[in-house]
Amino acid sequence: MTVMEQRGAYRPTPPPAWQPRTDPAPLLPDALPHRVLGTDAAAQVDPALLRRLHTELVRGRRYNVQATALTKQGRLAVYPSSTGQEACEVAAALVLEERDWLFPSYRDTLAAVARGLDPVQALTLLRGDWHTGYDPHEHRVAPLSTPLATQLPHAVGLAHAARLKGDDVVALALVGDGGTSEGDFHEALNFAAVWRAPVVFLVQNNGFAISVPLAKQTAAPSLAHKAVGYGMPGRLVDGNDAVAVHQVLSEAIAHARAGGGPTLVEAVTYRIDAHTNADDATRYRGDSEVETWRGHDPVTLVERELTERGLLDEAALQAVRDDAEAMAADLRERMNQDPVLDPMDLFAHVYARPTPQLLEQESQLRAELDAEADGSLGAGPHGPEGAGR
Amino acid sequence: MTTVALKPATMAQALGRALRDAMAADPAVHVMGEDVGTLGGVFRVTDGLAKEFGDDRCTDTPLAEAGILGAAVGMAMYGLRPVVEMQFDAFAYPAFEQLISHVAKMRNRTRGAMPLPITIRVPYGGGIGGVEHHSDSSEAYYMATPGLHVVMPATVSDAYGLLREAIASDDPVVFLEPKRLYWSKDSWNPDEPPAVEPIGRAVVRRSGRSATLITYGPSVPVCLEAAEAARAEGWDLEVVDLRSLVPFDDETVAASVRRTGRAVVVHESGGFGGPGGEIAARVTERCFHHLEAPVLRVAGFDIPYPPPMLERHHLPGVDRILDAVGRLQWEAQS
Ligand SMILES: Cc1ncc(C[n+]2csc(CCOP(=O)(O)OP(=O)(O)O)c2C)c(N)n1
Repeated sequence: MTVMEQRGAYRPTPPPAWQPRTDPAPLLPDALPHRVLGTDAAAQVDPALLRRLHTELVRGRRYNVQATALTKQGRLAVYPSSTGQEACEVAAALVLEERDWLFPSYRDTLAAVARGLDPVQALTLLRGDWHTGYDPHEHRVAPLSTPLATQLPHAVGLAHAARLKGDDVVALALVGDGGTSEGDFHEALNFAAVWRAPVVFLVQNNGFAISVPLAKQTAAPSLAHKAVGYGMPGRLVDGNDAVAVHQVLSEAIAHARAGGGPTLVEAVTYRIDAHTNADDATRYRGDSEVETWRGHDPVTLVERELTERGLLDEAALQAVRDDAEAMAADLRERMNQDPVLDPMDLFAHVYARPTPQLLEQESQLRAELDAEADGSLGAGPHGPEGAGR
Repeated sequence: MTTVALKPATMAQALGRALRDAMAADPAVHVMGEDVGTLGGVFRVTDGLAKEFGDDRCTDTPLAEAGILGAAVGMAMYGLRPVVEMQFDAFAYPAFEQLISHVAKMRNRTRGAMPLPITIRVPYGGGIGGVEHHSDSSEAYYMATPGLHVVMPATVSDAYGLLREAIASDDPVVFLEPKRLYWSKDSWNPDEPPAVEPIGRAVVRRSGRSATLITYGPSVPVCLEAAEAARAEGWDLEVVDLRSLVPFDDETVAASVRRTGRAVVVHESGGFGGPGGEIAARVTERCFHHLEAPVLRVAGFDIPYPPPMLERHHLPGVDRILDAVGRLQWEAQS
């Protein structure tokens, strides 16, 4: 008997315990990013929503411009602009109920502000007077996370805890395309799917992680495709189409709230400014690419729709711009005041009850400050068995 | 007076009992980790908790340490008090980013608005014949991170009491459980769990006048044994069990060394960059004029944790401690 004949006699059966965990087809993202503006579907969109999105987008753009200007004046240590990505930022803030939670990354100051945070408090981290300038519970906005993707498991844990307590709360977590390569992204999505946690992940794929393009970040067909491996739906959306992002996120949040578990949304967008004011984007991308994306600007897309439907005349547009200008003027003025800092804050929030070691260090600093105030030359020498440290 | 029936309990059982009592006392307490549910943990510390409190309170998580601790952060943000188990010392390392960047700092970042009452239980240290990655002493990494408490019991009563305290603490606590003491036994009254000194206080386990052995966790029984053996040499050794490295009890330690005039720090993690250096410096700063000899350290070698058949050469034992005690006769030698 030949080998081929033996093979023919063998009838393959699956391993006894094997069965598919879930049908992948419904989880797969559409082939093209979901769009509304510029399509027939746009006619159905509620004018109030369009106006709301427009107002926030104009404010958001103005905010980005103002914050970037503040870096040039030395008022901010650094600002990672979200110019070009305002549709994602604004939609992320608007789709949430008051009781829901937002988990932003370091680029998402705007989402926090659109959710109601005081613009100055939202910039405290970047100005450098404290790490988180706001009480996260007040607007249910977690601290802006600088280490990439590490906020994602927090969102999962919070959503899970809320569900355990019987609360109707959803968490929305933002992450960049580069952040999807981090282990925490994987662990968070896996936990969320296994726990069916009411959480939505929004990837703002803005083309680059600092200088590294998406092609060097992943070999996946799209970032939304990654969802399938975790057993959650993946959705692709035009990240510059505020209405589309709002729609997709709203659906995902409703799904989560109804107990359907997490969704991974990839918003395809573009970072118009450099990574931060400290970055030179000309080293890794050409002007023509940027210009192409300028032609697909999130503010213009909504404005065009409003105008074409006769929902926005010159006076209304001016009113929106004036409102944004007033916000910027207020921000500028308040940011131009030097914050009053208390050095003793250094020790105030390390532990619930400070350790004896911190208490000693605290009194050392207090003595130094007193001496400074007295104009004397500094605290006296510590004896060999003195306070020490 | 009623006589209480004392029953023997192992450290592992005492830890389990502490978890159980904490969960019964406070519905916010959630236990989670790898294999903590049905199996009851690889050391059986969480045995029975899933049955008694359900899967939602004692949860088998996916196998992902950063995910476990990261999820615990979010849970604590929402008012729960997660107690996570890292299966072994060296497997806690994937969670270090969450631990250092978020767990340790969240209170500080948010000016006290968002404390994270998370207890991180880590079976740690050697002496059980474990293969690679199952015997690390990782306390130096934790104690170098402001915002964390670092606690290690050495007795059955302390295992119970310190764990209850850790869970009740509004600060994150890294709770290091000396693996080789899991099966150590003590008799206690199961109806009335022991009252213990709070976190941050050291305890004099044996008083003596000639020198102080400063130690903690798995090395405490070794030091007590050494102190017994030293009697034959005419040395009356005091043994201080630190019980926590953060906060550090300078007072108890310095008071002891001022009494005895000599000190040896004993721990099984490596000496270079290890806790002993910090402790020796603190003792020297406080007790210089009382010291009859330099503060000595008896530590593990500065090597990756050795294979099981060689670990006895690495771990500080009675002889090495006695040898150091001998070297404390500084004046006689110089
Ligand atoms: C864990 C970690 N590694 C590296 C960095 C440094 N870093 C800051 S932003 C950035 C690129 C992030 O790219 P992406 O996730 O696409 O977000 P984007 O900046 O495009 O919004 C890097 C590498 C960091 N913040 N955290």
